Amino acid sequence: MEVRVANVRKEFERFPALHDVSLDIKSGELIALLGPSGSGKTTLLRLIAGLERPTKGRIFFGEEDASQKSIQERNVGFVFQHYALFRHMTVADNIGFGLKVRHGPSRPSAQEIRRRASELLDLVQLSGLEKRYPAQLSGGQRQRVALARAMAIEPAVLLLDEPFGALDAQVRRELRRWLRDIHDATGHTTVFVTHDQEEALELADRVVVMSQGSIEQVGTADEIYDTPNSPFVYGFIGESSALPVKVEDGQVWIADRPIGLSAPQAPRGEATLFFRPHDVDLVDECNGCIAGTVAASRRVAGTRRVELEIGGDRQRVEIELPVDHPAAQKSRVAFRPRRWKLFPAA
Amino acid sequence: MTTAPAKAGWRFRQPSVIPGFGLTLGFSLAYLTLIILIPLSGLIWRSAALGWADFWAIATDRRTVNALEISFGTAFIAASVNVVFGTIVAWVLVRYNFPGRRIVDAMVDLPFALPTAVAGIALTTLYAPNGWLGSLLAPLGIKVAYTPLGIVIALIFIGLPFVVRTVQPIMEEIDKEVEEVAATLGANRFQTIARVLLPGLAPAIVTGFALAFARGVGEYGSVIFIAGNLPYKSEIAPLLIVIRLEEYNYAAATAIAAIMLALSFVMLLVINLVQTWSRKRYG
Repeated sequence: MEVRVANVRKEFERFPALHDVSLDIKSGELIALLGPSGSGKTTLLRLIAGLERPTKGRIFFGEEDASQKSIQERNVGFVFQHYALFRHMTVADNIGFGLKVRHGPSRPSAQEIRRRASELLDLVQLSGLEKRYPAQLSGGQRQRVALARAMAIEPAVLLLDEPFGALDAQVRRELRRWLRDIHDATGHTTVFVTHDQEEALELADRVVVMSQGSIEQVGTADEIYDTPNSPFVYGFIGESSALPVKVEDGQVWIADRPIGLSAPQAPRGEATLFFRPHDVDLVDECNGCIAGTVAASRRVAGTRRVELEIGGDRQRVEIELPVDHPAAQKSRVAFRPRRWKLFPAA
Repeated sequence: MTTAPAKAGWRFRQPSVIPGFGLTLGFSLAYLTLIILIPLSGLIWRSAALGWADFWAIATDRRTVNALEISFGTAFIAASVNVVFGTIVAWVLVRYNFPGRRIVDAMVDLPFALPTAVAGIALTTLYAPNGWLGSLLAPLGIKVAYTPLGIVIALIFIGLPFVVRTVQPIMEEIDKEVEEVAATLGANRFQTIARVLLPGLAPAIVTGFALAFARGVGEYGSVIFIAGNLPYKSEIAPLLIVIRLEEYNYAAATAIAAIMLALSFVMLLVINLVQTWSRKRYG
């Protein structure tokens, strides 16, 4: 189901957690809310679930205004980071809980509930564990049970709050792929919160980058990574280096030298130049380039990270070189960013 | 370190390398022997001196049986009432913030601290037919003081903190997320409490019940004032023991005591087993 968040504002005891946030989520989409802690991503998720009430604004499920509905009526599946399984119930009872608490004709028979539970257990690849108690399962298994429980009620939207946050790295990667498969198989509209950019970029159809209670950028992994629209997104997603520069005559200057980048659209004045450390061309002769003294050089997996000090005020930037590149041995390196972006200095 | 394959049967669990195991275990055993085991075996030994036939005669004596019935019966009822109201009190203290919450919280412990005789006299004054509450209940035909109902009320007073104090910490640990998840799954408030919260509290409630019950069975000070102490009607077993002692009938006194000991032990053991079982299941 489509979910539309319209101009939502949320304050906790006068402290604003979300400022005027709007977001359209398409039906069947897998969308990630990504941001550092305190960015309001979990608050937004809880508002969609109905676990919090917006101070202002409305949330629509399809055409219906869900802000007027109680949590129970919204029919959302919510998965918590720490599973929140019912400890005194077996796995099957946990999964069947949402169906058992229904009233009247919408409540399936006990036999039907059992059948649904074991069907969902098959889906989350835990067949045969119906009789176990949560205490007898590993972290990864518990989170699968929590997901099966959320899906049992055929939710309008599936909401996951840092679903893999409590698991170790290996299980995390495994479950990530598995969640993608489940999503493709069932087609539930899914929103998940994460502070792990790799998780967000790999898993989601679209990523919502949030910071300080606002949405910074919404886009596919490619859009977010290749064309960040703010210094925050540039810095938060992937590696980036930043340099204070000056724009004059459509050229980018560092101190009193043009660095060979032309920016005819950019406004004159102070600006910050952003580029990816791996997205640079090394140049031998420096007429219009960035040159710096090598301050440190570290081997990181398949590449070498070189830290350079630029100019008189020794601004540090990082660039990435192939491991066997001769430039790493030199004391001075000159380069030009291949792809870059200017943001006016704040 | 390699782990030895698990074997069936009783085994010492390998203590950690941090020293202290021998000392603390030795101290515990010596202490328990001195404080609990020796007095209790003395009790059994004294009543054993009685011989089986005499013991049986005392045990099946109408007055003894009635006293035991009253003691265990009233303690059971009082503990059951306390389970309900103690859990509600704990809920209010844990969940809500209201002016005077700390005072209420401290008040719960008063029955622990108050000399039981004071409690007994206060309750008797209140519930006597000419007392504040007794005079209100008398026209309704309800007699509290000097009846088993009075005993129950005294035991409810005495047992309340046991339930509140065992349930409260567990209730504080209840994860808010569990309730939220139940709500998103469509459970209303009542279903959440009945199906999610109370089963999680069950082990603590059972412990509270056991403690309140055990305390109620042994309670003497507060009960004798309000009970009226009519043999066969409102005479509790501990009082009967005291009466026998005053008659210098030590054998009979110890015999009744031994029966109480055995009954209490069996009941606490059963409750303990229930707990172990539930702990194993739910972790």
